[in-house]
Amino acid sequence: MEKFNSLTGVAAPLPLINTDTDMIIPKQFLKTIKRTGLGVNLFSEMRYKDDGSEKPDFILNQKAYRDTQVLVAGENFGCGSSREHAPWAINDFGIKCIIAPSFADIFYNNCFKNGILPIVLPPEEVDVLMKDAEKGSNARISIDLETQTVTSSEGVAFKFKVDSFRKHCLMNGLDDIDLTLEKQTSIQNFEQQAAVSRPWV
Amino acid sequence: MSPKTLYDKIWNDHVAHEADDGTCLLYIDRHLVHEVTSPQAFEGLRVAGRSVHAPDKTIAVPDHNVPTTLDRQKGIDNEESRIQVETLDKNAEDFGIHYYPVDDIRQGIVHIVGPEQGWTLPGMTVVCGDSHTATHGAFGALAHGIGTSEVEHVLATQTLIQKKSKNMKVEVTGKLKAGVTAKDITLTVIGQTGTAGGTGYVIEYSGEAIRSLSMEGRMTVCNMAIEGGARAGLIAPDEKTFEYCKGRPHAPKGAAWETAELYWKTLFSDEDAVFDKVLTIKGEDIAPVVTWGTSPEDVLPVTATVPRPEDFEGGKVEAVKRSLEYMGLIPGMPLSEVKIDTVFIGSCTNGRIEDLRAAAEVLRGKKVKDGLRCMIVPGSGLVRAQAEEEGLAEIFLDAGFEWRLAGCSMCLAMNPDQLSPGERCAATSNRNFEGRQGRGGRTHLMSPAMAAAASLTGYLTDIRKLKHN
Repeated sequence: MEKFNSLTGVAAPLPLINTDTDMIIPKQFLKTIKRTGLGVNLFSEMRYKDDGSEKPDFILNQKAYRDTQVLVAGENFGCGSSREHAPWAINDFGIKCIIAPSFADIFYNNCFKNGILPIVLPPEEVDVLMKDAEKGSNARISIDLETQTVTSSEGVAFKFKVDSFRKHCLMNGLDDIDLTLEKQTSIQNFEQQAAVSRPWV
Repeated sequence: MSPKTLYDKIWNDHVAHEADDGTCLLYIDRHLVHEVTSPQAFEGLRVAGRSVHAPDKTIAVPDHNVPTTLDRQKGIDNEESRIQVETLDKNAEDFGIHYYPVDDIRQGIVHIVGPEQGWTLPGMTVVCGDSHTATHGAFGALAHGIGTSEVEHVLATQTLIQKKSKNMKVEVTGKLKAGVTAKDITLTVIGQTGTAGGTGYVIEYSGEAIRSLSMEGRMTVCNMAIEGGARAGLIAPDEKTFEYCKGRPHAPKGAAWETAELYWKTLFSDEDAVFDKVLTIKGEDIAPVVTWGTSPEDVLPVTATVPRPEDFEGGKVEAVKRSLEYMGLIPGMPLSEVKIDTVFIGSCTNGRIEDLRAAAEVLRGKKVKDGLRCMIVPGSGLVRAQAEEEGLAEIFLDAGFEWRLAGCSMCLAMNPDQLSPGERCAATSNRNFEGRQGRGGRTHLMSPAMAAAASLTGYLTDIRKLKHN
């Protein structure tokens, strides 16, 4: 997994609430058997017209935001389906950090498995960053995972919380499976006990 | 010993390792797999040279992509869909996991097949790369959706890295009125909590109205726990649960059953157990409901009118404006005057035998409104067979419904069953998101009886009025 330490860049404002994973990556793109190449389909129905040309109004089609690495979004971002194609598409587009007042549970988990940092901040702090993001290429937001800080283009800093284990994995690009396999003895012990206490399983 | 919730008990019985910071390895008893969210996980195993840790606890079935038309033995036309199903065929064989291929009568929607075959049992941990895994919570099993990286993690280790969620209780007291179903309960709850109200929680549904539901109804309730944002939904097992499980192909038999049942009877929340959040709803206050917007929280009794954006607060105002425009609805319009084009009865929410019986009861001896496109897609091949045996299929066909083969179908429209732009559907599925059932398609969620009623009138219809007529 790619590491995440810090980044500074233009952030795209997406103030919608309840942005669901069907919006992030519609079902017709779930037929792939690969993890890569989904960036072009990110937000497909909001981003493209029926003929496949871009909708100029959509935020990621605007010049200032075409290479954005940060998304500032409304509450309950990523609700709906568990499809990891959503963070795959976001990652493939180049977005490495999403800031919102809240995220849906499965999407939030999926981000950490893909080197993406989801940051939860109180609504009033997200509002400040949303306004900052609306300034386009004139405003660059900084995110530092080590110090757990987001800094607006005007130097206003907000602290965010992140689970220490997840932070450690993200900063070092660690693979969960390798870490878990180090605890194989615990798993085997559990299985032996369960075979006695719940043999029907 | 301090009193525990049902969730606490199941959690405690599955912790294989706990780190100092509370990060746990939760042991997984059943891993359900389908074709859409698994290919990358199996590929990951191959690349790393890993095997499936517990193939005997891993069950796969293709459901999202499969055609539901009667000619499906001729194969899948869409190349990508075909490759995805073929990839699952191959992965199931290569890794030696239990498999129900497309041509097996037991094939169906993974969340219907699991309970039907007795894979899902009380007190288990069940995961699947699908958010509606919450369904299995109806058995008092801790069940939730996971992403593909976690699918790979479970395949490789039979565990998940987890931190414990908080406990939430949703109590539905008293009795339901006529015409009100499990679907109305679950939609009403989401209407009250909002789609993020359950985030960070595992919900236990309790109360007389929940107890009185059949296992099918309980599955409908738990299925949509995810639409309320919860990690999982749970209902404590009881005699109905045991009765449902007994004799299923993979349920324990004989002495093993006796031992299991003794354990299952300990699976309830202790009287003084503490919940972090509680919601109480009176069963008699629940009406037959429909959704009007593009979020499952956009729920109103079918007797209500389309709301105004200014009735809401915060970000919801803009969201409602966008919803109403997408849905082509005008504030103030009675919901019962909303004209529909299509009816879809099926999905992991409402594709079980009881759902089909409820629809058949409404449709018996009647004809669908001229010009409507109506389909019933049973949740599994066995549900289909049973419906045919009970004479339900004949009722559907006589009424003018298409009677399909099992699959996810128009719930998420990955196969050819899709809405066209602007096409309005009365659906028994679980999500009314923009484009969910097809680009530009408009979805109103409701119970099977209400969807059947809509097929007769061509409008969103109050089932209670239809019955009186």
